[in-house]
Amino acid sequence: MTLSELKIGKSGIITDVGGDGALRRRLLDMGLTPKTKVMVRKVAPLGDPIELYLRGYELTIRKDDANNIQIEEAE
Amino acid sequence: MAITFALIGNQNSGKTTLFNQLTGSNQHVGNFPGVTVEKKQGSIRKQKQAHVVDLPGIYSLSPYTAEEVVTRDFVLNEKPDGIINIVDATNIERNLYLTLQLTELQIPMVLALNMMDEVIASGNYIDIKKLSDGLGIPVVPISASKNDGIDELINRAILTVKNDVKPSKTDFCTSGGELHKAIHSIAHIIEDHAHKVDIPTRFAATKLVEGDEPMNRKLELHKNETELISIIVSDMEKSLGTYRDAALADMRYDFIEKLCQGCVEKKHTQTKAQIRSIKIDAVLTHKFFAIPIFLCIMLFVFWITFGVVGSALSDLFSMGIDYVTALVDTLLTNIQISDWLHSLIIDGVFSGVGSVLSFLPTIIILFFMLSILEDSGYMARVAFVMDKLLRKIGLSGRSFVPMLIGFGCSVPAIMATRTLSSERDRRLTILLVPFMSCSAKLPIYAVFTAAFFPDHGALVMICLYVLGIIMGILSALLLKNTLFKGKPIPFVMELPAYRFPSAKNVCLHMWEKAKDFIVKAFTIIFFATIVIWLLQSFDLRFETVSDSSQSILAMIGKLLCPIFKPLGFGSWESVTALITGLTAKEAVVSTFAVLTGAGDSSSLVPILAQMFTPLQAVSFLVFTLLYMPCVAAMAAVKRELGSYKMAIAAMAYQTAFAWLIAFLVYSFGLLFV
Repeated sequence: MTLSELKIGKSGIITDVGGDGALRRRLLDMGLTPKTKVMVRKVAPLGDPIELYLRGYELTIRKDDANNIQIEEAE
Repeated sequence: MAITFALIGNQNSGKTTLFNQLTGSNQHVGNFPGVTVEKKQGSIRKQKQAHVVDLPGIYSLSPYTAEEVVTRDFVLNEKPDGIINIVDATNIERNLYLTLQLTELQIPMVLALNMMDEVIASGNYIDIKKLSDGLGIPVVPISASKNDGIDELINRAILTVKNDVKPSKTDFCTSGGELHKAIHSIAHIIEDHAHKVDIPTRFAATKLVEGDEPMNRKLELHKNETELISIIVSDMEKSLGTYRDAALADMRYDFIEKLCQGCVEKKHTQTKAQIRSIKIDAVLTHKFFAIPIFLCIMLFVFWITFGVVGSALSDLFSMGIDYVTALVDTLLTNIQISDWLHSLIIDGVFSGVGSVLSFLPTIIILFFMLSILEDSGYMARVAFVMDKLLRKIGLSGRSFVPMLIGFGCSVPAIMATRTLSSERDRRLTILLVPFMSCSAKLPIYAVFTAAFFPDHGALVMICLYVLGIIMGILSALLLKNTLFKGKPIPFVMELPAYRFPSAKNVCLHMWEKAKDFIVKAFTIIFFATIVIWLLQSFDLRFETVSDSSQSILAMIGKLLCPIFKPLGFGSWESVTALITGLTAKEAVVSTFAVLTGAGDSSSLVPILAQMFTPLQAVSFLVFTLLYMPCVAAMAAVKRELGSYKMAIAAMAYQTAFAWLIAFLVYSFGLLFV
């Protein structure tokens, strides 16, 4: 499944980061690398973007971009 | 010997606070050549021979955003003697990612571990010695906001440079010999080239593994070498089963995770400030409350700035200016200088620059409020909440606040686009800000609605504001699909923990913006007001005129009349008023008053009712709403766009757009009248 499908409050382990050059690099640089645990903290009031919790900090990305990140749901 | 330090770190790591602590007020702000990325530098306190350059906050040394390119180019080309890398200790993993890239540059470097007080207050602990050994660079724990550890940081930094201690470690491969092998083989191939262009070999090699194009060009590799490198990289990708850039990011984060396991003791996964932030966000970014709360906060900011405090201060300030003007006036009368010089000084310089300077208190207060919102971390939440709305017009949530400020005054709004990280977004936002009807246009609307729509004044004004917004959106859609086709920068943004803004930062920020504005008032605006005064006071034979209808300005107005005929208001008075409106929009009303002999705006109302038909008045209002902004705003646009050419193009675009819409409104209206 992809990161955009993860429900609020649930966590997942990243398996693959897709997308085009600049965006992919940005995501990797921000710590969204394979094997990283990510939690979906909340969705913005208008339904997009989403707020993530990973590596001890809060990050926001758009759903379209979260769609390129493959995850496995974790406890 | 003079030493130059580069201050580098992530956004929200407390970099500006540290810079302010290091330099006190000995700092000056400029731009990096060719881009509108701010360059701040200053000498370190008590160390006159040591300078520090504050580089933009970045997360990585990739060549994607203007900020990253600026930092990279600065470090590679200007070769600072040392690097001070500031790291947020409460968010150490992601912050160290940049540190690992910086060590590859082989420049003497000290790590300033900021917010250590917060880590310790939360019951956590970081072993400084182990961290320093693991990274191969000196580490100094500090608290920039409390001014703790700054002296030691300065001493260590200077010592590190004087003894030329380079980072002792550049190899962070922990597992998977494939990546290690690839980096080393490539390093071997490019060594000579790297030496020739004076770039650290290890840095060049890892950048080539990442597939960094600018580095490829810079090294001037031969064709066979480039081929060899791509074979090495694709072999590596195959055996690791991952892409080249992911392999490196993975390696760095792997190393950091292992390092942190050894030296960061985390009893609690989050610090007190982070836990508090989550609680605050439960309200401020709440599904239903977020937008109403945001609107309330902005209303409050507007109320303070343009309502109570701002207008009181503005009035006080203008009273001061009037007093000085009167004083100079009597002085000039007493020394009996020639009339034209007298008029130039009083009617030209003092009234022109004075009217612009009376904006100053508003700007100071607005930036005071805004820097509190920015430094506390709330602006990032605004971007988070508003992103979806602005994405539709090709922007991101970050542009929302500057546009909103545009309803107060375009000048601080345009100045506030500085916080946008992408050049494209910044330019597009600057072009759109003037469509938000500024408060200086209110007197014009007030006089016209009083003259033509006395019973529906509020409705007409609301319609004008809404029209401005709609035209802004239309413009954005048009520009997005033509001149600004480029991709918007990906919206990947950190939501920093809420922190109490430091008074020093807020004051310095306010002072900076005020200085910026004052400089502008005495250069471009000074010049523009003199030109307008000349045109207003002389006729073509260069003799002073007593009747303003004989002036060059009136002649230009008459000359331009035909252009405005299709819009319905081809009288020379209205055209002249539009021209003087360029000094400040309120001047439209006073010019009408002078040219029609009305004296003041209340006696102007019946005269206007004679001059225009209601439809012509609407057309005039629409044009006033949309045409190019005043000189102060133009000066801000020029400064932020970084070129006269672009600024002039922006003005031409806005005026042409205004003409077109007013024409459409008038022609359409004629069908019904």
